[in-house]
Order: sequence, then structure tokens, then C-alpha cells
Amino acid sequence: MKATVTVMLKNGVLDPQGEAVRRALGSLGFEGVEGVRQGKVIELDLGLADRSAAEAEVRQMCEKLLANTVIESYRIEIA
Amino acid sequence: MAWHKDDALPRGTDLVAVPGGFSFGDYLRCGAIAARSPIAAAVVAHAGRGGYVLGVCNGFQVLTEMELLPGALMRNAGLKFICHPAALRVETTDSPFTEGYHKGETVTFPVAHHDGNYFADDETLRRLRGEDRVAFTYRDPVNGSVEDIAGILSENRRVLGLMPHPERAVDPAHGGTDGLTLFRGLVDQVVAA
Repeated sequence: MKATVTVMLKNGVLDPQGEAVRRALGSLGFEGVEGVRQGKVIELDLGLADRSAAEAEVRQMCEKLLANTVIESYRIEIA
Repeated sequence: MAWHKDDALPRGTDLVAVPGGFSFGDYLRCGAIAARSPIAAAVVAHAGRGGYVLGVCNGFQVLTEMELLPGALMRNAGLKFICHPAALRVETTDSPFTEGYHKGETVTFPVAHHDGNYFADDETLRRLRGEDRVAFTYRDPVNGSVEDIAGILSENRRVLGLMPHPERAVDPAHGGTDGLTLFRGLVDQVVAA
């Protein structure tokens, strides 16, 4: 089973890297990019058969390590 | 010296200093992996017993990741690594680290970091200010930190985390000795205890 965790800065937390990317896109002529947020994607290979157990486990991983919930939010997809 | 794979501090430890550098390559987030290394539980227990903890630079990041201090350190607003002497304002003298200074005094410690942009939500900021737990602020903005915060104290005032390096300002050859007062104050506290 594969889990994909997407970690993003929370709304309201300034993302200087995303902002730098937005400006660079503008300088390349891509107009109309009103905002860019940069995050990270973490893929996990899990040796678990039960989908809901896997999701609960990954949620624990996010809370304990993968995301810093002071500044980041996370989304889990199980496939 | 305690190694990150150790699970106990030396007997009789009074002060734990978590130094700067780049632990685990700053992978995932600065300080995140170090804050979950085997020694971390011993450091948290030490702080829980009222032990002194000083975290400088990456050490500050580690202490926030351990949740010994609130908030988080993010990428500098200017995105660049910054490395220069920084003028700081001493915001409180009510701590073993800062009691030798004068409130409002300007001290100069070097900064050398890529991720020193302190963030905390409004409620946490109100609490830090209300409890007089902001230890140092930058005189001029250097990295985008909210309210120019450079260093903060724990609730019991015995844990200090700061991005600037007081230990790099303790000898005339460093270009300044403003950091000496911090360490002298700590030694006095520990000796008196």
C-alpha cells in the first residue's frame, strides 16, 4: 500500500520560497500567476493491508514528525 | 558531551547546550530529526525537572521541534543565508541568561543562518509578550521574524533559544564580548544553586 503525504505551509503563513517562484514565473513572461505556494510530497511504502489502519498510522506519523503543525498542514492519500 | 544516540545525560548535568550547525543535513525541517533522536527525551526530561537549556541557532530550531519552546523557525524572508554581526535589544532581564544585561540595552552577537525567520501565531505572541518571555529582538529586521524576535524563554524562564550566537562574542578576537555576560550569569546561577 502506498501513502502520499502532501505538506504545505498553512494559509496565513508567508511562504518566501513560493513568492520567489511566483516572481521568477512573472519574469519568464507567465502572466496571471497570482500566487504560488511551495510544499513537499512524501511517498511512503507501507506493509499494511488495512486501509483505515494505514491512514491512522500515517496520521500519527504526520503529527509526530512529517509535519510541523505550528506552521504546516498536511493531506494524506492512500492508494 | 552527550552524543545524539545516547539516551541519558551525564549525571549531575546542570545545563544542556544544544549548539548550532546542521543536524541531519536539515532534512525534512531544520532540527526536526535531531529533536526525535534518542537523546531528545533526556533533554526534555531535564527541562521538565527545571534544568537549564540553551539552544543556539540550529539548537533553537531543535528546541522548538522538541516543543520545549513555542513557535517555529522558517526560511529567511530574503531566502539567503545571512552571516554578519547583528545588533539586538535585550527585552527582559528576568532570566538567568539575561539578568546581567540592562533592559533595552543593545548587544551585538553574530548571526549565521538560513532558517531564522521566527513564526508564532497571534495567541502565542500575545502570551510570550504578556509573560515577558521575549529575551532578544533584532534592532533592525534581518530575517523576517515576527516582531523581530531573535530569542525566547520557556515558561519557567530556564530554557532559552536564540538564533544569534552569544558564544561567538566572548573574546576580543571574536570582535566583541557581549556574549560573556550571558554565560557569566548562567555560571553564577548554577554555582548558587
